Amino acid sequence: MPYIDTKNDIPGIRGLMQFRPDAAIALNQFAQVLLADDASLSKLDRELIASFVSSRNECTFCMTSHGAIAAHHTGGTYELVEAVWRDYKSAPISEKLKALLNIADHVSKGGLHVTPGDIDAAREQGASDLDIHDTVLIAAAFCMFNRYVDGLGATTPDDPAFYEIIGKQRAEEGYLTKSVLIKD
Amino acid sequence: MAYINLRPDLFGITSLLDFRKETAEPLCRLTQMLLRGESSLTEAEREMIAAYVSSLNDCVFCSSAHTATTCALPGGKESRIQPMVSDLTELVISDKMKSLLHIAAKVQENGNRVTKEDIDVAKVSGATDLEIHDTVLIAALFCLYNRYVDGLATRTPADPAYYESLGKRLTTRGYLMPEDGYNPLKY
Repeated sequence: MPYIDTKNDIPGIRGLMQFRPDAAIALNQFAQVLLADDASLSKLDRELIASFVSSRNECTFCMTSHGAIAAHHTGGTYELVEAVWRDYKSAPISEKLKALLNIADHVSKGGLHVTPGDIDAAREQGASDLDIHDTVLIAAAFCMFNRYVDGLGATTPDDPAFYEIIGKQRAEEGYLTKSVLIKD
Repeated sequence: MAYINLRPDLFGITSLLDFRKETAEPLCRLTQMLLRGESSLTEAEREMIAAYVSSLNDCVFCSSAHTATTCALPGGKESRIQPMVSDLTELVISDKMKSLLHIAAKVQENGNRVTKEDIDVAKVSGATDLEIHDTVLIAALFCLYNRYVDGLATRTPADPAYYESLGKRLTTRGYLMPEDGYNPLKY
């Protein structure tokens, strides 16, 4: 149960968004550009960064839902995202993505934790300005989304089937379509 | 030197909004809605939440900018807010604002730090559900902005005149992206 009366029983961030539709429009358009676009980094890489930062922030709702979206960008298997949650340094991902996840990790602690050495390491693996920019912004964005969800005590379902449904929808449709959770 | 190639005549967040306009556009609209849209919190009160969270995140650019903006708005100066404020007892504000800033500080640490008791205190002080919602989202949004600005090491002007000029511009023109793009600030 959220801390405020949202006048709906939709779990997670969508329940908060129903309460404040004006904010929802901007938040979803922001997510669409940031996560559902293959400019430079792939959609999979973007969702892995989102889910990883959410795990660092201990936001179960965002970690699991963006983990499910990442899984659905790889045919519906969770092995890759689970490896990133466990220890991204040993996960079967590119050295470039590892260097970007290191930057994301430092962003999650605070912007001043990012060092020139972190940036140089990413550049050595071929990261462009846009890759680095988008990594920092995705990580920062999930420091917002995670705090929004948990700071208002949004409902976090336990059932993996819930995340399967929303993960599949967002991987296929992006962020601008009406949630399958909303019945009318 | 910023970590990526940004326009040399812009500072802080402005240089980033200019760098990637596709992400900046919805972000600016969200900010305009939260800080300038219809609300039972005054604009100065909402700017104060932004300034306070930015101070707690050690983000000099955002703290200086939103403190200057708070002070340029009606009722703002009277709060005695200063850049990089960390002690709420220094502020001359209502009990409701104290309870909302307390929630904002919890959000700054981590969303999971907010408790039902924190919310109850705010409600007893007269905060509405919408005010609590917006406080949490403003605090969360500045956890984004602060990391964005410092995580890419954007340039932070040292001259207080810059922030005074920026604060004035944000009170008169708000946060929406200018149609002709960002122009260097005169100060």
